[in-house]
Formats: sequence, C-alpha cells, structure tokens
Amino acid sequence: MNSNSPFVLAMRRFRRHKLAMASGVLLLAMIGTVVCAPLFEMLLGVDANQVDLFNQKAPPSAEHPLGTDELGRDVLLRSMYGGRVSLFTGLVAALAAGTIGTIIGLLAGYFGGRLDAILMRTTDSVIALPLLPLLIVLAAIDLSKLGLPRDLIESSMISFYRIIIIVALVGWTTVARLVRGATLSLKEREFVMAAEGVGASHFHIMFRHIFPNLISPIIVAVTLSVGNVILLESVLSFLGLGIQPPVPSWGNMLTNAQELVWDAPMLAVYPGLLIFITVIAVNFLGDGLQDAFDPKAES
Amino acid sequence: MRRFLLIRGLQSLLVLAIMSFVIYALIGLMPGDPIDLMISADPRMTAADAARLRALYGLDLPLTERYWNWLTAALSGDLGYSRLFGKPVLQTLLPALKNSLVLLGTAFLLAVTIAIPLGTLAAARPRSAVDYGINLFAFAGISIPSFWLALMLIIVFAVLLGWLPAGGIAPPGAGLLEHLRYMLLPALTLTIVSVGSYSRYTRSSMMEVLRQDYIRTARAKGASQGRVVWKHGLRNAMIPVVTILALDFGFLFSGALITETIFSWPGMGKLIFDAVMGNDFNLALVALLFATGVTLAGNLLADICYAWLDPRIVIGGDTS
Repeated sequence: MNSNSPFVLAMRRFRRHKLAMASGVLLLAMIGTVVCAPLFEMLLGVDANQVDLFNQKAPPSAEHPLGTDELGRDVLLRSMYGGRVSLFTGLVAALAAGTIGTIIGLLAGYFGGRLDAILMRTTDSVIALPLLPLLIVLAAIDLSKLGLPRDLIESSMISFYRIIIIVALVGWTTVARLVRGATLSLKEREFVMAAEGVGASHFHIMFRHIFPNLISPIIVAVTLSVGNVILLESVLSFLGLGIQPPVPSWGNMLTNAQELVWDAPMLAVYPGLLIFITVIAVNFLGDGLQDAFDPKAES
Repeated sequence: MRRFLLIRGLQSLLVLAIMSFVIYALIGLMPGDPIDLMISADPRMTAADAARLRALYGLDLPLTERYWNWLTAALSGDLGYSRLFGKPVLQTLLPALKNSLVLLGTAFLLAVTIAIPLGTLAAARPRSAVDYGINLFAFAGISIPSFWLALMLIIVFAVLLGWLPAGGIAPPGAGLLEHLRYMLLPALTLTIVSVGSYSRYTRSSMMEVLRQDYIRTARAKGASQGRVVWKHGLRNAMIPVVTILALDFGFLFSGALITETIFSWPGMGKLIFDAVMGNDFNLALVALLFATGVTLAGNLLADICYAWLDPRIVIGGDTS
C-alpha cells in the first residue's frame, strides 16, 4: 500500500492548495527562465553587460523588450541574470542557515542539560538583536583586516560568499528552535530507546533515527526562510553592501533607482516587482507545504 | 515572578555587555581608522606622525585594552565626538531619537488599528471570501521589499501626482499639516509592511481562542456572533498579540533604517546607516548599542506583558 504513505497523502493535500500549486509552477518557470538566460541573450543578439552610452534609458523596442538602463544595458537580460544571482543566493543561504539550525537544534534537544541551556540562551539572544543594523556593519567590514588572503578578497565571488555567511550567521534561529522542540519529544519515543538498546552511537541516533522524522518541518521552515533571505539580499544589495556590480542582482539593479524615479520610473519598477512576485510565491508555497505536512494545523 | 524578571533582566544586561564588545570589535574592522582619515585630510603628514598619533590616541593598544578604555570613558558619561556632525554623540542622538519616535509611533498605531480588526474579521469567518482577501493582503505585506514599496509610493505620490514631498522633514516652524505631509509616505510604508504580519498573528491567535470551551458556553447561552467574537474572543486573543507587538516595537527602531534612509527622515535608522557608511566610529558604536538596548528592552517587555496579562502563566518553574 505504498500509495497511502504519509508523503503521498501530504502531496495530495498540497495539490488541493491551489495558490501554493500555482506559486510552485510560477517559481519553476522563473528558475527555468533565469537558467536559460544565455539562450535568450543569443536569441536577442544583445550582450547583457554591453554598456551603450548612446542608448541610455531607452524605451522598450524590438531589440530591448524592456528598454535599457542608465548605462544603456538591456533591462530584460539583466533582470534574468540578476534573477540567477538573487534566486541562487536565496536558496544557498537558506540551506546553509537551515543546516546550522538543524545541527544546533539536534544537539540541544538530544543532549539537553547544560549544553541545551547554553545553546538556547544563545538562540534567544540572537533573536533579540537588531539584525538589520548589525548586518549592515557585517557587510561593511574590511575583509583585509581579518587577514584573509588577497586573491580571495579581490575575487568576484566574494560579495556572494559574504552574503551567504552573513545570512547563515543570523538566520539559523528559527530552525534551531523548531528542531530542538521536535527532538525533545522524539527522543522519548520507543524507536529511539530501541536504537539505544542495541548500542547505537549518539551520532547514529541523531542523524539516522531522529533527523528523518524532522525533514518535513525543516523543509517548511527553510522554504519560508528563502523568501526572507531574498528580501535581505535585495536590501543589502540595494544599499550597495551586497552583490557588487557589474554582476547584477535584483537588489543592486535598484541601487540607482532613487535618482531614476524622476525620468525613468519603470527602471525602478521591474526588479522590485520580480522580488515581490518571487517572495510572495515562495511564501504561498511554504504556507501550502505547512498545511500539507501538518493536517492538524488549521490555517 | 519577581525572580523570573530578575533573571531575564540580568540576562539582557549580559547580552548587552557581550554585544558592546562584539560591536566595538566589528567597528574596528570597518575600512580605515581615524588616523587614516586625518592622513587623507592632511597630505603633509608623515608615517612617523601617523604612528605618533596612533600612540597618542591609544590606537596601537590591543583590542581588549582599547575596549576597556572606551567602556570606562563611556560609563563615566564621555561618549565621544561625532565626526560626521561635529557635535558630541549624545547631542546628535537625541534629536534623531525624537524623530524616530514620532514616525514609528504613528506607523505603529496605524498598523495596530488596521491589523487587529482585519485579523479578527478573518478569524470570525474562516475560509470565507473575506478571509481569503485579508490573507492575500497580509501575504503581500509580508513579501513586499520595503525599499521598493517606498520607491513606488514616491513614484505615485511625489513624481506622478506631485501631492507629497519625496523625502525630508518639514522645516522648523512649519505647521502641523506640513509636518504630516512629510511624514505621510514614510509612515504609510512602515504601516503597510507591518499590517500583514500583525493581522496574521491576530487571526491565528483568534482562531485558537474561538475553539475554547468558554466560547462554546457563550454561544450556548445565546450570545450573538458579534458579541462572542469581539467581546469574549478578542480580549483573550490579544494576549499573545500584545506580546508580539511589544517584541516588534523594539525592532521597529532599527527596522525603520531603510524607510528612514530612503525618505531622508533624520531618525535613528538613518543615523546608524550614515554613521556606518561615513566612518563615524563613535556615533556608529553608540547608536548601534542603543538600538541593541532598545530591542532587548522590547523583548523583556514582551515577557513581562505575557506574564502580566495571562494569570494562568507561571514562568520560571518555581511553582512547587
């Protein structure tokens, strides 16, 4: 009777959630589009990073379907490449934060006692911090003062790594609390005692017996945090502290938008609209998954 | 209860103390130091001069010693001088604080006034068209990038319609109406962003309450739906909501950083941003610490509210 496994039941409930289904399809289409960005670049015969100072802030045309930006670059193509960066950063950083949160939550819940107290007080304290100003400081620090190798600091990937580390440093708390709570109740269950009885190691019990039972709440929490991470990345990049140009991201495409609102307002509209649509779709998807995995919760 | 508060208070102070060191260390990692700034201001300065100045200001000491010197000076009331504004730190902090309080207080009140009825309405008729509509609106509020919302409001109301200023604060001596004109767009941005999450908290708390036995009793005694929801339900549903609001108020101080920066509203958020970006180390340090303190206080307040509003809750585990 494989057809009635909890996962299949959850998927059946999920499919009834029309908004979440539509959001999932939309996100897949969006990922497909940004992955195929080089293809569109070939089709249009335009280079996404080609600066054309004779063609600044041009209105939409056959060559530039969404017009050009303040440096004459194609807005459509840059939005696609920006989407690659923003979506990829969101996914990777949310996964990194989720991994840290899972490990901390498992350790705290499983071992309990003093370790639990220390880890959970740390979690409370991180939650109680004003994150945005601290993130700005973290994003502004001079990496050469940390003694990092020069070629790493000057590589084009550094702003990407930096964002992921910053988000992972502060974003793990929700998952940690969730995992700890679930671990506390799971470790009292018979199958864990049975595993202890046959002499399984702590590591084995945590990752082979407890962790698989936590996967669905973790998936929900990580999905919901992808939206927040995309918002965070866009804010930092907007302020000039995230992904550094000329690499486009939806956030840094808006950096100059405040001056542009007067003569080319549409340039300020597109990237933000993409962020908005993506984040709302991710949140609907997470909400639908939450309902699907937890039939008791009435939302 | 008293013991619980004492422990939580001490814990907050400990976190504040740790954070003061972390922030001090982070500020030290920002690009450049005050002597670099002096060098760029005076090209005739030699390397030997710079080294002498570093020693004079104690910048060549190890981090812990520099921190200790700063801390003892700060605790005795000397917060230093703001490079950016050319004034003592405290004198730049206080007006910014006032501006933030005015803006955030207004936005907070607006958001609460809108969100609580919305959340209650949605919970009173779950799965109705009203519920779905409110839910959609709440999700939009949670998912919209606040800086983009601010830009869109500027485009519509300042660029296209020309009704409102795109940023700044009313000149001194202006009337109340003029002040409101400058405050409307930033306050609206903050309100729209908060209404989404507040109404969702209210809805889920209300749903929980409406399942309780005393609600069934009230219904059985023939109380109308309106009376049950708004009188019996809302008061109890407010307990967790008030807690979250207290928590959020602390965050508002720093969370308004983006809105204040975009609208050039001279509050705490913009001050922190300008200080960090402008290498104003003294100001950045104190402003960040202040924001941390307020947020921690908001958390403490949330705990107190929770225990105070709901007599069923006994915290601290000292009941036996």
